[in-house]
Amino acid sequence: MSFWPAMARAFLWALLLSLGVLVIYPLLWMALNGFRSNSQIFDTPFGLPDSWALTHYAAAWEATRGFLAASLLVTLVSTVTTVAISAWTAYGLTRTPMPGQPLFVAFILGGMMLSPTVALVPLVRMLQGLGIYDTQGALILLYTAFRVPFTTFLIRAYMLDLPRDLDEAATMDGASPGTIFRRIILPLCSPILISCIVLHILFAWNEYLFAMIFTNSPGVQTLPVGLSSMLSKQGTNFATLFAAMTISALPIVILFFLTQRYFIRGLTEGIGK
Amino acid sequence: MTDIHQDPGAATRQEPGATSRRVIQEFWRLRWVAVAVALVGSFVYWPIIDNFRVSLTHQDIFTGETSPAGLENYLRLTEDPVIGLALWNNLAYAVISVLFQVFGAFLLAAIIEGLGSPRARAFWRAVYFIPSAISTTVTGLLFYFIYQPDMGLLDGILKGLGLGYWSRVWLGNPDTAIYAIIAMSQWQGFGYAALLFSVAIQKIPAELYDAARMDGAGALRQIWSITLPMTREMTGMMVIITVTGAFQVFNEVMVMTGGGPNNASQVLGTWLYEQGFNQNDMGYAAAIGSLIFAVTMACGLAQLWLNARRRVT
Repeated sequence: MSFWPAMARAFLWALLLSLGVLVIYPLLWMALNGFRSNSQIFDTPFGLPDSWALTHYAAAWEATRGFLAASLLVTLVSTVTTVAISAWTAYGLTRTPMPGQPLFVAFILGGMMLSPTVALVPLVRMLQGLGIYDTQGALILLYTAFRVPFTTFLIRAYMLDLPRDLDEAATMDGASPGTIFRRIILPLCSPILISCIVLHILFAWNEYLFAMIFTNSPGVQTLPVGLSSMLSKQGTNFATLFAAMTISALPIVILFFLTQRYFIRGLTEGIGK
Repeated sequence: MTDIHQDPGAATRQEPGATSRRVIQEFWRLRWVAVAVALVGSFVYWPIIDNFRVSLTHQDIFTGETSPAGLENYLRLTEDPVIGLALWNNLAYAVISVLFQVFGAFLLAAIIEGLGSPRARAFWRAVYFIPSAISTTVTGLLFYFIYQPDMGLLDGILKGLGLGYWSRVWLGNPDTAIYAIIAMSQWQGFGYAALLFSVAIQKIPAELYDAARMDGAGALRQIWSITLPMTREMTGMMVIITVTGAFQVFNEVMVMTGGGPNNASQVLGTWLYEQGFNQNDMGYAAAIGSLIFAVTMACGLAQLWLNARRRVT
């Protein structure tokens, strides 16, 4: 039985449908403009492309390949470092004896409250001092540092719910904390680890603030920065820019559909706990 | 595994080297948090402290000269008309986002979760979520084009509806620029918020609705008396998260207008960037950073307070 009375249902479906069109149509327009010629784009915002040739997509691929590679590197490496460090930290915070443990919990999770914008000015000098300004290493370092609090928070919440007897039994059998972590707890945490991996990929692939300020060279810059600089570089060659935007959005949309379940769990755990 | 340090008094009673060994043992236990504390401490906490130091100086990144400024940078904050404008824009961002991404999203989630078919529910949740997965650089650029006169989708639609006289340079007009950006943000963010509300609504026991239905309560009445009060915590949380986000906004504005025209769409984040990285006035930029810190900290503390209260009740 449906919650909604029959009359209301028709109205609500119309509402949902028009909202759906409002969401999807601009994205479709973006992808389609990657096929249309420039004159067609300037002529009218509507209508299907004259041809489905992939010329603009090929040009966009050429123009964004370097940025894509940089994004891929930064995203993959920072995902591994962030999730590994967070899992290790969450294990220590939940399942090992430690002096001043509540203090460390507060310190690490408290990092979630701090805004990256406020850190910009000091970070410039810091990164220059470390000699990693304008390198992908700087982005990996910052993405890891700024996402460890949130990722640790998610994994810690999950580990707190795992039964204690497992560790105790393993300790009886002479397993060291490191072994328990690797062999028992980590495999049990795989659902939340996947959520964390997906969420971090989403963050790192889309991050703009740090990437824009701390990198300058084309070989170093990631996709979001590359795209915004393409607007000035490509001039009025809008079709290629639309194609590049589509290329940049597509991987993450596909990832979302493939991993929806984990994605949603991670998001809701993050806010609902 | 037997732990020789299980008895805390044992070390002091025995040989003298044991005390230092005990200290080492205690430190060794911190190996689990050492990396995270070092990373978060040096790249998340330390910059905030350093930011306060910088805000009390005049800096020139080219000559490298630093001179003490006292509270001059903070006084400038109060005299800078763009700060007032930026605060207003951030506030507009917050109010409109709360309207759409908290209350609008709540209603949408209530509508979706009231649908009969689970597949339809999953479908709409996923469709509305898509824009949230895409980077603000892409959505910002996309709406930059949508708002363009002539070639843009918005003017095209307005003309198609016979509303051509509404058409304007949405991002180039100081009166509309920030609202055009805010509108894009709502388009991008409402599905994410609705998804979170959906999860909160799913946790409400079905018996409550059954009982209400027995009493003859209609759908709207049920939303008002059951769904709304039962998701109150989520609503409170979402208000705080949305407001915090609104005061940290940067990408959307940077990509779509860069704060223009004539600073009309500046927000605190972009003004910090402009002052620090285009005008090279790092001291003043740091003072703007302190202002952002104060606002987001207040929001963060409100969130902690809400969490603590929830744990108790």
